[in-house]
Amino acid sequence: MTTEAPAPIIDVQGVSKSYRRGELVVPVLHDITFTIAPGEFLSLMGPSGSGKSTLLNLVAGIDHVDGGRIIVEGVDITRLTETELARWRANSVGFIFQFYNLIPVLTALENVELPLHLSGLSRRARREHALTALDLVGLSHRLDHFPGQLSGGEQQRVAIARAVVTDPTVLVADEPTGDLDRVSAGEVLDMMARLNRELGKTIVMVTHDPRAAARAHLKRHLDKGVLSADDPSENPD
Amino acid sequence: MAVPFSYSLRNLWTRRMTTILTVAGMALVVFVFATILMLAEGLERTLVETGSADNVVVIRKGSASEVMSGVERAQAAVVEVQPEVAVGRDGRRLLAKELVVLIALPKRGNGKASNVVLRGVGPASLELRPQVRLVAGRLPRMGSSEVMAGRSVVKGFQGVGLNERVCCGLRDWRVVGVFDAGNTGFSSEIWGDADQFMQAFRRPAYSSVLFKLRDAREFPAVKARLETDPRLPLEAKRETRYYLDQSEIMAKFLRILGVSLTVIFSIGAMLGAMITMYSAVANRTAEIGTLRALGFRRRNILIAFLMESLLLGFIGGAVGIACSSLTQLLTISTLNFQTFSELAFRFTLSPAIAAQAMGFSLGMGFIGGVLPALRASRLNIVDALRAV
Repeated sequence: MTTEAPAPIIDVQGVSKSYRRGELVVPVLHDITFTIAPGEFLSLMGPSGSGKSTLLNLVAGIDHVDGGRIIVEGVDITRLTETELARWRANSVGFIFQFYNLIPVLTALENVELPLHLSGLSRRARREHALTALDLVGLSHRLDHFPGQLSGGEQQRVAIARAVVTDPTVLVADEPTGDLDRVSAGEVLDMMARLNRELGKTIVMVTHDPRAAARAHLKRHLDKGVLSADDPSENPD
Repeated sequence: MAVPFSYSLRNLWTRRMTTILTVAGMALVVFVFATILMLAEGLERTLVETGSADNVVVIRKGSASEVMSGVERAQAAVVEVQPEVAVGRDGRRLLAKELVVLIALPKRGNGKASNVVLRGVGPASLELRPQVRLVAGRLPRMGSSEVMAGRSVVKGFQGVGLNERVCCGLRDWRVVGVFDAGNTGFSSEIWGDADQFMQAFRRPAYSSVLFKLRDAREFPAVKARLETDPRLPLEAKRETRYYLDQSEIMAKFLRILGVSLTVIFSIGAMLGAMITMYSAVANRTAEIGTLRALGFRRRNILIAFLMESLLLGFIGGAVGIACSSLTQLLTISTLNFQTFSELAFRFTLSPAIAAQAMGFSLGMGFIGGVLPALRASRLNIVDALRAV
């Protein structure tokens, strides 16, 4: 007896991308095709310049493909207008960056609340959601601290709270532990694994760090714009 | 929904020094703009308040002011018998035949000579101008060489204090009183008996005839009658209109000067705001990328940066208006081009001037901020995120 595989949440079909540097066209991705099932935790690895961040940006809808299609939750995001794409990002994707990318003039609570300004929620509802998200990452005691008053690990946890506050289906993380010490990196990875396991978030993570990659269910290698075959993790959560 | 307002406000606070310098530049321009408009307003208001709505000034047709006018005794007598002229409690007509002569007196401080209006008045002149109050000494006697000086003249010129003597028209005129006419042009005049002045200055005609209407609504009728009477080459104006006309050229000149000067200055302030905002965009490129990645649209970024620039304009405007309001404490004295005489008045800040100055400042903020804001809104998300 066989069980039918669930429909993929992310379906990347024949995506290619190149950059122009003056007259020169530099190909980055060639005919990339893969799918990610709902609730999956995928790590993308590869040497610098292999195109992993570019692929992540395309999946997150902040860059445009030259060819191919990317379908997320049934929506072909390569066909969306800029305004539609902005709305889609606000609702469907949570971002975790290497350097946290918090807004320095806003407090932890205000940073987490920021994406909710696009949701049409009332001020009170926004605050409640942001408090819940900060509680989830264990930073309820740092609400009024500005990013400059927080450690790197804490800043990344605020960034994670900001990524999940809108309850998106997909989280994209670009080197989330790249700027952290070992202990903080471990905490951040624990947190991402928890979000994946307990809240069912689909996570696509770009990393150089094999320890970080080991926390994912699936590892994919990208080299010179070509994606390797599936490599199920030895340590699925 | 927009990027929160606190984002724009706190960014200004974060780069305080740049903000203060940009705001100072804008405030300076607003200060100059508002102050010159206040000068024009003060001049206009002083001259308008000088007049009374139910008084009529009759001068020779084509004369811009009393100084250039001449009303012969016979013509004045015709005006005096018009039925619309009000009658006082003592049964006399509320009408004054007045003479205006310019004399040069040395100013206090630098001693330079400047023109002062010497107004020959009649017995009804004081009743026609209730704003004139004696504040020291006594009223000059009719038929004598006595005069009283307005408070601004006493303050601004030498030798016109109480009991001093003013030498002009080959006679010495003793100052027996000082009067205050509030914020009006009369405070810048010296008053004495019109007939005495006519003899001393060898003038065969009055400068004007001033009378009160028994009913202010009768002005069109009396004006029509006086101006169509073939014996009278005269024109009648309401006193308020007459003084407003007197301020017109100077107020217009000041306004044109003010606007031209500030438009030139404002280019510097706008460039300052533009540099500030361009540097803000350059320093916050990664933030802009982050906001766009989170789902904020180009329009939201444009508004956030424009808001920041408008805030600079708003603060600059508020500081400039606040500083210019302090000039209301000053009284200045200058030559009115139309009457060739010295006129003392105050800078007057009206709500309209405050609104214009604030609008001007917000305009500077907008123009200074629009290009940097457009640049911010057009940044490519991926490129912006790489700017960490």
